[in-house]
Amino acid sequence: MAKGHSFLSHKLHSLLGLFPIGLFLLFHLTANYQATRGAEAFNQTVGLIENVPLLLVVEFVFIYIPILFHAVYGLYIAFQAKHNVGNFGYFRNHMFLWQRVTGIITLIFIVWHVWETRIQKALGASVDFDMMANIFSSPAMIVFYTIGIISTVFHFSNGLWSFLVHWGITVGPRSQRVATYLTMVVFVVVTFIGLRAMSAFIL
Amino acid sequence: MAEKLIHLIITRQDSPDSTPYKEEFKIPYRPGMNVIGALMEIQRNPINAQGQKTSPVNWESNCLEEVCGACSMVINGKPRQACSALIDKLEQPIRLEPMSTFPVQRDLSIDRSRMFDALKRVKAWIPIDGTHDLGPGPRMPEVERQWAYELSKCMTCGVCLEACPNVNAKSEFIGPFAISQVRLFNQHPTGQMNKHERLEALMGDGGIGDCGNSQNCVQACPKGIPLTTSIAHMNKETTKHAVKKFFFS
Ligand code: HEM
Ligand code: SF4
Ligand code: FES
Repeated sequence: MAKGHSFLSHKLHSLLGLFPIGLFLLFHLTANYQATRGAEAFNQTVGLIENVPLLLVVEFVFIYIPILFHAVYGLYIAFQAKHNVGNFGYFRNHMFLWQRVTGIITLIFIVWHVWETRIQKALGASVDFDMMANIFSSPAMIVFYTIGIISTVFHFSNGLWSFLVHWGITVGPRSQRVATYLTMVVFVVVTFIGLRAMSAFIL
Repeated sequence: MAEKLIHLIITRQDSPDSTPYKEEFKIPYRPGMNVIGALMEIQRNPINAQGQKTSPVNWESNCLEEVCGACSMVINGKPRQACSALIDKLEQPIRLEPMSTFPVQRDLSIDRSRMFDALKRVKAWIPIDGTHDLGPGPRMPEVERQWAYELSKCMTCGVCLEACPNVNAKSEFIGPFAISQVRLFNQHPTGQMNKHERLEALMGDGGIGDCGNSQNCVQACPKGIPLTTSIAHMNKETTKHAVKKFFFS
């Protein structure tokens, strides 16, 4: 990595994890949740998004470039650590390990998911309820997406905890403990939204 | 009745570059013994568990009361001070290893220079030397002195570096203790005058950015120093400093 920029790179990596990537994740799962109200509602939501002006620019600036940086730098960080939960089996050390494991699972999941949806769209397919229902006609894909969604939401929720420490918002042990409970609630609620949305496509 | 024995398995290394190997010892038990006492027994009578004469095991220690930090080693998997590790409280066989984060000099003695280099890098001192008498320094509020005293208990023992997954051969991370020392010296009324220099040092490569919040350090520190509170606090201070610097200088 470039000399002298490690502080800035770490800060940027941390910031991007929440703004915009984390916010996009919340938006994306809520949009998908519309499928629980039927195919029509979901297709309408998709249509709404596709009408955003300069959509391609918005996608690159707020989604692709930030995720690319966060993922590449995240891999570098993940493989730098020498994990030691065997000798130091504390809760936070386990979370530290899982933050890195879920980062890698999430990357694999995102690459596949983008290939199956966004890239197919660029190649001429249309993204709608039927496309997703078709994907979920395979039980293997249901398992894969379940793991992918849980992994991504875990990474986001625990990342939120870590973000609060990295920016000096939760400083003492008490506020950090409360943040642990709150981010656990975030994990449960957002996982539910994500999985419930997926289930709407399973016919 | 047969004499009660202590069973030790020690990871040894003859020179900084040679390959480590394990050697076992069975030494007579005495009540109240600590790990240093056991090592002294081996020094007195260097015979291994096979009954062969061997070289005495090398280690470092000074204070023998857990304040100098010299005797840190990995005892049954946990980094800690050998002088405060009581044999009665340890599961046998007792495994002794050098702390792998540091270059081994010989057997259990390691080179902690990287820690002293880190302290120099973050300027963990208060510059008061001058050509004339500057008079008494400003006073420090008692409430602050109390927690600052806790931070000042750091003995550069290296346990927090050994416990940290981000301190290793692939990373330049200076380690939790140095970040906490910046908080200590930046809080001091006279030390505050140079606080920007220490913040800048923390913002360099291998500085505070490399902390990944595993929080092992605060669990492992024998002095109970609130390392993670210091780190989160310095996260805030370095961020504020970076923003100020960007906009106002
Ligand atoms: C949906 C995609 C993702 C979201 C929403 C996300 C979100 C976050 C957030 C909020 C953080 C906390 C930042 C902090 O610790 O201050 C974080 C940290 C991290 N992310 Fe991601 N991330 C995503 C994808 C990835 C990917 C693909 C990787 C690649 C392996 C990755 C690797 C990491 C690592 C290693 C950390 C820990 C950094 C540290 O604590 O030093 N993330 N992520
Ligand atoms: S902070 Fe604690 S564990 Fe780390 S060097 Fe100082 S005394 Fe040892
Ligand atoms: S000899 Fe000083 S800490 Fe053990």
